[in-house]
Amino acid sequence: MLTQPGTSKILEERSFVNDFSIEVATVNGSGSQTANIVLMRTIFQMGVPVTGKNLFPSNIAGLPTWFQIRASHQGYQARKQGVDFMICMNPETAKEDVAKAGPGTVLVYDEPLKLDALRSDLTFCPVPFQKLVSAACPEPKLQKLVKNMVYVGVAAQILGLDMDEVKLAIGKQLGGKQKAIELNQTAVQAGYDWAAAEAPRQDRLRVVRDNKTEGQIIIDGNDACALGAMFAGVTVVAWYPITPSSSAVEALIDYAKVYRKDPVTGKLNVAIIQMEDEIASAGVVVGAGWAGARAMTATSGPGISLMSEFIGLGYFAECPGVFLDVVRMGPSTGLPTRTSQGDTAMCAKASHGDTLHICLYPGNMEECFQFTYQAFDLAERFQTPVFVVSDLDLGMQNWASKPFAYPEAVHDRGKVLDQKALAEIKDWGRYKDPDGDGIPYRTLPGTPGGKGAYFTRGTGHNVYGLYSEKPEDFQYLVDRLKRKFFTAKAFVPKPILSGPGCARGILAYGSSDPAVVEARDILRDEHGKATDYLRVRALPFTDEVIEFIRSHEVVYLVEQNRDAQMAGLLKDFHPELGTRLKPVLHYDSTAIPAQTIVDQINACEQ
Amino acid sequence: MSTTTPTAPVPTNKLGLTKQDYVGAKSTLCPGCGHDAITSQIIQAAFEMNLEPHRVAKLSGIGCSSKTPTYFLNQAWGFNSVHGRAAAVCTGVTLANSGLINIIASGDGDSMSIGMGQLVHMIRRNVPVVYIIEDNGVYGLTKGQFSATADVGSTLKHGDVNELPPLDPCTLAMELGCGFVARSFSGNPKQLGVILKAALAYRGTALIDVISPCVTFNNHESSTRSYKNAKDHEMPLQDLGFVPYYDLDEVDIPAGEAREVGLPDGSRLTLRALHEDFDPTDRFAAHKAIFEAHERGEFLTGILHIKTEQKTLHDYMHIMDTSLATLPQAAVKPGPEVLAACMRELM
Repeated sequence: MLTQPGTSKILEERSFVNDFSIEVATVNGSGSQTANIVLMRTIFQMGVPVTGKNLFPSNIAGLPTWFQIRASHQGYQARKQGVDFMICMNPETAKEDVAKAGPGTVLVYDEPLKLDALRSDLTFCPVPFQKLVSAACPEPKLQKLVKNMVYVGVAAQILGLDMDEVKLAIGKQLGGKQKAIELNQTAVQAGYDWAAAEAPRQDRLRVVRDNKTEGQIIIDGNDACALGAMFAGVTVVAWYPITPSSSAVEALIDYAKVYRKDPVTGKLNVAIIQMEDEIASAGVVVGAGWAGARAMTATSGPGISLMSEFIGLGYFAECPGVFLDVVRMGPSTGLPTRTSQGDTAMCAKASHGDTLHICLYPGNMEECFQFTYQAFDLAERFQTPVFVVSDLDLGMQNWASKPFAYPEAVHDRGKVLDQKALAEIKDWGRYKDPDGDGIPYRTLPGTPGGKGAYFTRGTGHNVYGLYSEKPEDFQYLVDRLKRKFFTAKAFVPKPILSGPGCARGILAYGSSDPAVVEARDILRDEHGKATDYLRVRALPFTDEVIEFIRSHEVVYLVEQNRDAQMAGLLKDFHPELGTRLKPVLHYDSTAIPAQTIVDQINACEQ
Repeated sequence: MSTTTPTAPVPTNKLGLTKQDYVGAKSTLCPGCGHDAITSQIIQAAFEMNLEPHRVAKLSGIGCSSKTPTYFLNQAWGFNSVHGRAAAVCTGVTLANSGLINIIASGDGDSMSIGMGQLVHMIRRNVPVVYIIEDNGVYGLTKGQFSATADVGSTLKHGDVNELPPLDPCTLAMELGCGFVARSFSGNPKQLGVILKAALAYRGTALIDVISPCVTFNNHESSTRSYKNAKDHEMPLQDLGFVPYYDLDEVDIPAGEAREVGLPDGSRLTLRALHEDFDPTDRFAAHKAIFEAHERGEFLTGILHIKTEQKTLHDYMHIMDTSLATLPQAAVKPGPEVLAACMRELM
């Protein structure tokens, strides 16, 4: 029996110490990113778990952007609705920003905006930014850039941040540029000193030094994926710039310049090529994978759409390749700078005909690293395109994480026959299945010895790779490909189970994880509802996933798309489980907050 | 007592391979197809150039021409990929393993319509490949629609007239800075053979447009790509000679009579002008000559443009000269100390 929803009790006087949200409203292109990260980093350095989300426009300069910082001593990392401390720097959005603030919000704003006329239930802190910045920075050209640092100083004073940590964060962010560091420190100090005398007193919101972030790193998922690829020994990268994936390859380029150079010649041992479009990028991946390279591309939904023909070729001709999809909001151009899990179905079945692709769904920074690394092993083991399905929320936002563990395992290069093996083998066929696992043995172009050459084609072929229109050859081939796909069940990351063992289950994947973790606590503490939670981490679904659904009366499947795409895949493979699945969906282009899950589950059980 | 007639020994090349070692499967194209004549010359050139078959990657897109890699070099790795996009596959192959010799067999539909973008960018990057366009002005495999190289006024079998101006892969390639641009005719095997050998000795993208009549859909009287029409309007520019690098000492090249071009592998190409003096190192002059010939209803064949000193893809990429695909793990997987350093940066 499911428990009935309890009456929701909101604590009137909860503590805000190390538990609040800051929102900074600025104009993009104004250099506010540096200031916001310094603010976030300072809280992190004071030992308080923190996440930062940049809600930015698809534009270079002049449009509104919001940066949300959530400090949470419990370590909750999901986006939180509502704001406790707001910094309004953008005249265009100031009225809306003020309107959405909850009662009691501390509001720092540019004095001329006169926002205190709009409401009476907020704590107003009008700051004479121009005056302060003119004094701190005599050079007019730089004033716009350091203006944002002034609000960091004001916030530091009001929230009780340690100025030494602020200065440390500035140094970290500006990476040794001494003149810039000094200028920014002066601006922060100006804000800090002004606030000491002029800012309203409040002790509701406070940061108190803690030790919960010791040894942690701050990273975004694209950077983590780049590291995963580098340690996986990627040798060919082909890409076409597209938000929100570009920074993954750009990070890899930077790492490769330092860590992937041949010590003797000084030349790179990885080729990173910017192609003319995503179609060509996928073609390079297929060609390079065929020739034996560890090849990858990074793109987003529109790119996968364009790559689909080559992805089908890679699947059918059995060429390894890693496809990192940092998913953004579709369909069509959609919202390029907003997050979504809208490519789940497309990645699983990209291209025409019957296709099934191995997909990995990282849910945090360590998994972005590990799964990208592992994707290369899987691609070569299974001789097929493998998808790492990240999204903008993971890929471009700032996350605190444990440092990554070094992947000790030897690279799995899969079933490749070299000259010696070929000399010993009798009657080799490129698409034979001697091991019964659906995985054939391949050879690499350039292998000497006069054996092992074969013809690769996207047309129908028999086990020797020869063109064939025989119905039995074709059916054997596509059945073997399916068998191969299911063999991967034993190789992909297993799901992660947590929960006391009850009738109500939650299933989720990818970037929904932090919201589910928090939602389960709210459901338990505020609504008396216990839940079990299984986080799916890969396709093909392993038996644990199916068993979890079977063993629960109802399973809420949390997804950040409109059509419950993962539910669709589960029903494809296990139609009998369909009735147990209840979709919990969030698709307004923002990252899913915990409360959405709580509300939808409560509504379902009313 | 019976006598045996001594049989002549089968000729072998420097590797001890016979021409038979360079053939492929039996062609399934229409009897008399121009493409089969091209295939024969590829086999001959590969034999004469002593190509190690296992080092050859023979790539193609989709179409009649793209079927041909099956018909040559059985012992080479082949990849019949997707329509118009062998260029990208080739770029991936050569980045993975720079030691491979790449041959792309494409067609006018494959290269000049669906694959135009990839062709252009492949040339721009100077991807090392012998890129052969088997050009018949028509889509054969879908039964005879016009392609983008069809001449104005040329007709289909059932009478439709092409009104759109043709695209010329050779002038396009020259415009893009391609350092080896040639045109030939499948009915001129001697010339095609020399061009192919020179292309194999070249480093970078060597583009060869071969007029190759489609006997089934574009060989009628009112077609400008019929055998008859091509024969009547082909205008060879040069009498071409090729001296492979290993024969330089043995062959006496008469001085002064022909233009000579040294190729990157040490071989030499000799070009004896047949009509007016045509300078293949001047791409603007070549452009002019091609346009003027076109106005006269002729097509020039031979080496249209050659420039041997060009950076290639691998120079632009700043990558190691060895095959990246087979580097050992130790070379491509940084150690734990590197990860630790990266982590410290992020703390």
